[in-house]
Amino acid sequence: MEILVCVKRVPTVGGAITLTADRRAIDTKASGFTISPHEECAVEEAVRLVERFGGSVTVATLGPAAAEEQLRACLALGASAAVLLETEPGAEVGPIATAAALHAVATGGAMTGAAGPGAAAGGAGSGGPFDLLLLGNEASDTGDYQVGIRLAHLLGWPAATGIKALSVDEAGISASASRTYRGALETFALELPCVVTVKEGINLPRYPSLPGRLRAKRAAITRVPGPDRAPAQDVRMTSLRVPDAPKKQATVLGQGAGAVPALVDVLVELGVVS
Amino acid sequence: MTVFCLVELDGPAGAGGAAGVAEASLRAITLGRGLAAGSSSTGESGAVGGLAAVVFADPGSEAGPGLVADLAAYGVTDVFAVSGIDGYAPLACARVLQWLVSDSANPGLHASPDESPYPSPASWGHAVVAAGTERGNEVLAHLGAITGLPMAANCTQAVDNGAGAYAIVRQRWAGLLLEEAVLEAPVALLTVATDAVAPVPAAVAASATVHHVAPSVDGGDLAVRAVETPAGAGGASLATARVVVGGGRGVGSADGFAPLEELAALLGGVVGVSRVVTSEGWRPHTQQVGQTGTKITPDLYLACGISGAIQHFAGCSGAKNIIAINTDPAAPMMTRADYAVIGNLHEVVPALVIALRERAAAAG
Repeated sequence: MEILVCVKRVPTVGGAITLTADRRAIDTKASGFTISPHEECAVEEAVRLVERFGGSVTVATLGPAAAEEQLRACLALGASAAVLLETEPGAEVGPIATAAALHAVATGGAMTGAAGPGAAAGGAGSGGPFDLLLLGNEASDTGDYQVGIRLAHLLGWPAATGIKALSVDEAGISASASRTYRGALETFALELPCVVTVKEGINLPRYPSLPGRLRAKRAAITRVPGPDRAPAQDVRMTSLRVPDAPKKQATVLGQGAGAVPALVDVLVELGVVS
Repeated sequence: MTVFCLVELDGPAGAGGAAGVAEASLRAITLGRGLAAGSSSTGESGAVGGLAAVVFADPGSEAGPGLVADLAAYGVTDVFAVSGIDGYAPLACARVLQWLVSDSANPGLHASPDESPYPSPASWGHAVVAAGTERGNEVLAHLGAITGLPMAANCTQAVDNGAGAYAIVRQRWAGLLLEEAVLEAPVALLTVATDAVAPVPAAVAASATVHHVAPSVDGGDLAVRAVETPAGAGGASLATARVVVGGGRGVGSADGFAPLEELAALLGGVVGVSRVVTSEGWRPHTQQVGQTGTKITPDLYLACGISGAIQHFAGCSGAKNIIAINTDPAAPMMTRADYAVIGNLHEVVPALVIALRERAAAAG
């Protein structure tokens, strides 16, 4: 089974978010970078499927040269090929342009002009043809909620989103993907090849092994130019701002069990206790 | 312009009469109403400020008088009750929306969605709005993909600047950041954040006309369709619960959740947890509140032993009231709460459970 996983380099957000002076990006001078937890789970899910069915996992990202760090992290977890669609540092590429660029990777087109052999030749796995595309449900930074679906339409494949349980039948021809919605379990049946966007909770990702990390360090990464920074039709960001945190001064109801009577009064006042 | 709002329903799907409009959809309709009212564009029909609701439901049951009245109270002038689609199929929903928007000036012109030209001139200047739920986001993403239109997810504001340009504010980082942006499109596709726009009925209720439509949908659009089964131990869903009792690292173990479950039951709520709790395997991920878990909008969030990481706030900042119980008075959750109890949750929660039981016994 050939699986393509798409990930995105995003800042590691810890405490408060600080913006750059032009208010068009997060100030990352003091922060590291990562991929979203959803995407870590997508990589893990792909590696597990390949452990069961054979085949290989290719990981792709659209981002600056530094996004190589995130690709190597995925290689350390068990992906065997990586593609970087390189963009200018600081460029924001919208979801329509991103889906189009990833489409070229998914069909092998992006690699034909790339340096080095192996593209579209199968072998050590890069260029497909792919049986399954996995993405995180949404990127943790821009949260556009659409790249997976747009990609599926470009490929003419079925798609399921927000998936928290995925099973592929023994023959590897169909998948059952489920999620919870308003307290009910929704299950979608899909024929492969298909696109599935997953959420944290679908699995518990492994830690990279030492051999995995050593292999990832040496692995070749296919680099191809990404789209330029002018996505014609996408939503155009003008500026970012941190929402005003509600300036609340918490009313302290007391210490320990001694606060319980005051706590009950508040519950009554809020109408949750009659 | 006409704003078409995709409406999601609460309650058991298919059960007659019981369903109401989901709160997330009421928030979307509220934003859509503002967009329609503030519009400077005039549609083909000459109508300004139309607000249409699209309900995928059997007109004989869910889209009954109660539902229509609820929608009219929010200013909805037209209700399209779509029947003939069995179960939830995201692509089919998108196709029907495409058809309704294209044909809104002349409903019934095209017998099937496949025959609608799109974007037809009649559709220009209109908008489609949905709740920023899993369903709303995916249906509008499908609509964006089949029409080539951009889609803006999780908006908190939208203003029509005319000539197909919209000034929007949308959530990034699950609401930890706001993006001000320009959307230029013949038809605006927006989903609305589920935790930021308050649901507000119209100042004057509208009189809503119900249109029963039964479009024929291509089989391929029905290929991916949800089969629903009740999940887990029943109970209210975390996303829609009115009371959530939260537990974090301070709970200390899987067993430590028993008093929190008891408290949640007494308050008619459900238990939610922080990310560390699911990482530790104490509770299932379905109970996780936060950026990568569930966003909650309860009347009360009672956070026990949760320090309050920024990603956790992304999930609970839609709570109307927060009470925090924590040993550390300086924890972010304690400083951002409305009420704080300084103390060990293992002492406070059992004492609260006893007090509530005694109170109920005295009343009963």
